Amino acid sequence: MSWIDVGHIDDIPVRGARLVKTPVGCVALFRTSATDVFAASDKCPHKGGPLSEGIVHGKSVTCPLHNWVFSLETGQAQGADDGQIPTYPLRVENDRLMLDAEAVSARAAA
Amino acid sequence: MTQKLIVIGAGMATGRMLETLGEEAPDAFDITLFNGEPRGNYNRIMLSPVLAGDKTYQEIVTHDDDWYADQGITCRFGERIASIDTCAKTVTAENGDVLSYDKLVLGTGSNPFMIPLPGRDLDGVIAYRDLEDTERMMGLGADNKVVVIGGGLLGLEAAAGMAARGVDVTVVHIMGHLMERQLDEAAGYLLRRALIEKGITVKCGANSKEILGENGKVKALLLDDGTQLPCDLLVMAVGIRPNVALAQSAGLAVGRGIHVDDQMVTCDENILAVGECVEHNGALFGLVAPLYDQAKVAAQTLLGKPAAFVQKELSTKLKVTGCDLFSAGDFAEGEDREDIVFRDPARGVYKRLVIENNALIGAVFYGDTADSNWFFGLIRDKTDITDMRDTLIFGPNAQGATVDPLQAVAALPADAEICGCNGICKGQIVDAIAEGATTLGDVRAVTKASGSCGTCTGLVEQVLAVTLGDDFKIPAAASICGCSDLTHEDVRRLIKSQELKSQDAVWQELGWKTPNGCHVCRPAINYYLLADWPIEYQDDPQSRFVNERNHANIQKDGTYSVVPRMWGGITTANELRAIADAADKYNVPTVKVTGGQRIDLLGVRKEDLPAMWYDLNQAGMVSGHAYSKGLRTVKTCVGKDHCRFGTQDSTGLGIKLEKKLWGSWTPHKFKLGVSGCPRNCAEATCKDVGIICVDSGYEVSVAGAAGMDLRETELLAKVATEDEAIAVTTAYMQLYREHAKYLDRGYKWVAKVGLDWVKEQVVDDLDNRTALVERFELSQSIYRKDPWAEHAAQAEKYQPLADLTLEAAQ
Repeated sequence: MSWIDVGHIDDIPVRGARLVKTPVGCVALFRTSATDVFAASDKCPHKGGPLSEGIVHGKSVTCPLHNWVFSLETGQAQGADDGQIPTYPLRVENDRLMLDAEAVSARAAA
Repeated sequence: MTQKLIVIGAGMATGRMLETLGEEAPDAFDITLFNGEPRGNYNRIMLSPVLAGDKTYQEIVTHDDDWYADQGITCRFGERIASIDTCAKTVTAENGDVLSYDKLVLGTGSNPFMIPLPGRDLDGVIAYRDLEDTERMMGLGADNKVVVIGGGLLGLEAAAGMAARGVDVTVVHIMGHLMERQLDEAAGYLLRRALIEKGITVKCGANSKEILGENGKVKALLLDDGTQLPCDLLVMAVGIRPNVALAQSAGLAVGRGIHVDDQMVTCDENILAVGECVEHNGALFGLVAPLYDQAKVAAQTLLGKPAAFVQKELSTKLKVTGCDLFSAGDFAEGEDREDIVFRDPARGVYKRLVIENNALIGAVFYGDTADSNWFFGLIRDKTDITDMRDTLIFGPNAQGATVDPLQAVAALPADAEICGCNGICKGQIVDAIAEGATTLGDVRAVTKASGSCGTCTGLVEQVLAVTLGDDFKIPAAASICGCSDLTHEDVRRLIKSQELKSQDAVWQELGWKTPNGCHVCRPAINYYLLADWPIEYQDDPQSRFVNERNHANIQKDGTYSVVPRMWGGITTANELRAIADAADKYNVPTVKVTGGQRIDLLGVRKEDLPAMWYDLNQAGMVSGHAYSKGLRTVKTCVGKDHCRFGTQDSTGLGIKLEKKLWGSWTPHKFKLGVSGCPRNCAEATCKDVGIICVDSGYEVSVAGAAGMDLRETELLAKVATEDEAIAVTTAYMQLYREHAKYLDRGYKWVAKVGLDWVKEQVVDDLDNRTALVERFELSQSIYRKDPWAEHAAQAEKYQPLADLTLEAAQ
């Protein structure tokens, strides 16, 4: 893994998200509580809705277009819907957001 | 031969070390003890009870003069050490005395951290650290005001202690909830509530800007939102920093604290360090348990015996009367971690367990800490909890018992209280059922059980089920969502009656089953709170649907549409020019005229929104709120100024209405129309409020719709003047804001409550109409403002946080 600093944890509002553009497409960084963050694809597999604009609740996000709910821990769609979004390693170090650059590199996409 | 031991600092850690030495080898050392404070060792953590008046200083003295004399320790209290010469193995006291040592122990403790605010040197700005600080606070009484900066353990104990003396105390805390290092949001909420009940004012999320003074003495604390908090004394309790100055100047290895190994030896083999001044494996120490462990290890090391200091799990309890809270271990959310949450709103109890790999790793309790030691044992011993997982939260007594809620209710004695509000026991409910009550409504009517706060509704239904057997089906009430069993109407009623003014209050008091709701309930709760408590509650963007968070309508491709407000549908050549310029500048693919007499710019990228809003603001235009569950548009016809049939100035009235109502939030979208004559060119009679002008005045009709359902409005009132038409419209809107279920359009709500009731409230009862308008205006003092102007100033939030596509091109 190669961790890359993409911002400060307070750049993301609690129960909110921000976007990072990467070679594998837009990745959404979600903050579910004061200390917990997750990274996942921004794109809903249903109709391509921007998940970073969804409502974050518990450790899940709801797509703003048609209310599909995804677990941010596994990327799995919840309830009756069937689908999966890629998730990426993200950790917080001294309040900095560290994203695994390898996982979102062009090679990973290939 | 006896070795010379010099100890610097007579605190709790060195005190315990001296006790151990005295017990195990009283004659091993010739001991000299220096202390900066002019006294020996006292129990510093009991300063809070001293402050609160529960104890006296004499009661918290650990070692008095006799003890030191018995131990043969030479005390030099009130004297500091100026320097250490590690080569010569000597220390130099402040008065110039040079003393040699064989072994030296540093117990220099910590210094309170003082935020570098302007004015921190003023008289009356103190920390909360020693007896002098405590005595200063004890000198205050009912005529004094105090501000405490810091909502952690120490700050809250100081605040509670002074409040017990009648002092007017305000706690200012920078984080969103109190004691955020020990508590989660829910427990922080309960703690805050308890402190408020003690008369303490609590301000969370508050940034201090400057300490204001007069004649060199503190006068007030200024927050960065401009609030001034007057005070006679300002206590800073925001944390401590290890006191490493002496060790550092002696050339010892120092990080955040003085580096020590497992034997408590510093980088110099003859110098040890214990207590709050040390850093061990990257950790610092502020609680007493590890300090005592360190003290015992240091004593063994001095005596040449093997011993090693091991860091252990820690738990915290707050020493404030009436606030039972406990926290231990790690309770942050995380992957592979599960939460078990239990809330009992009636008793004010909150319990949360955090489980990882079938072991308990963290716990937060508020209100009931009776079993905390048992849980702490599970955390410390990393016990496998697989077999007791289902009943774990109920504590040690529940283990081995089956938990079926119906069986539990069946087992309750007849005098067990079911409804706490009305004091109704199980027996009274069973009697009511025996006399013919068969539904929840019957029981409520006969006994009042569950009729007040409603949180025992489920319990009453279970009593019905147990008593009636198969004859009773627990009704599947249409609850707000899976997070709660309460209906929207219940929740609205409870938010008002229990004065719930924050999301955390709703989650706790109404027994929410999830930590912070879901996409269904959270926007509804956010709306109910801001509608009922416009001043107290702050709108939460993270509880809003994307359109209301970004102040534009999201389209299916992720772009947005932008609609500037055109008051009453009137525009100017300059506004049209600015709209055209914006369309060109931001490559807007589609420009559409809407049904509400506005212009819609479709296909705008999120990144461009703030700049486009800025441009439109410069031309005098504000958000049209075309995206909101709030006031949308007031559609008008040209009225008597131009039209040969017009009876009144319908355009003017439309503009007045829109200027009064804009920016307000409603349960669903809210549209108005004003037509100048019964020909109704503004199509007013399919709006939420439609006004038809006639020769004799204005016909105000309500509850129309032209969407999924098509409804004609019904007449609410006929009034003679424009002012009355505006007042009736405003009062109707406020009544809807206060009572309707979230996402019920006006016509659905009126169908539920009945138009007659609405007429009583806003037409017949003039006092009530006035009160509704006043409450609407109070809310508008917060919400009648342009969100575009606000958001254009925070353009960076609309940009990606980082762009790795550029860096990755290697």
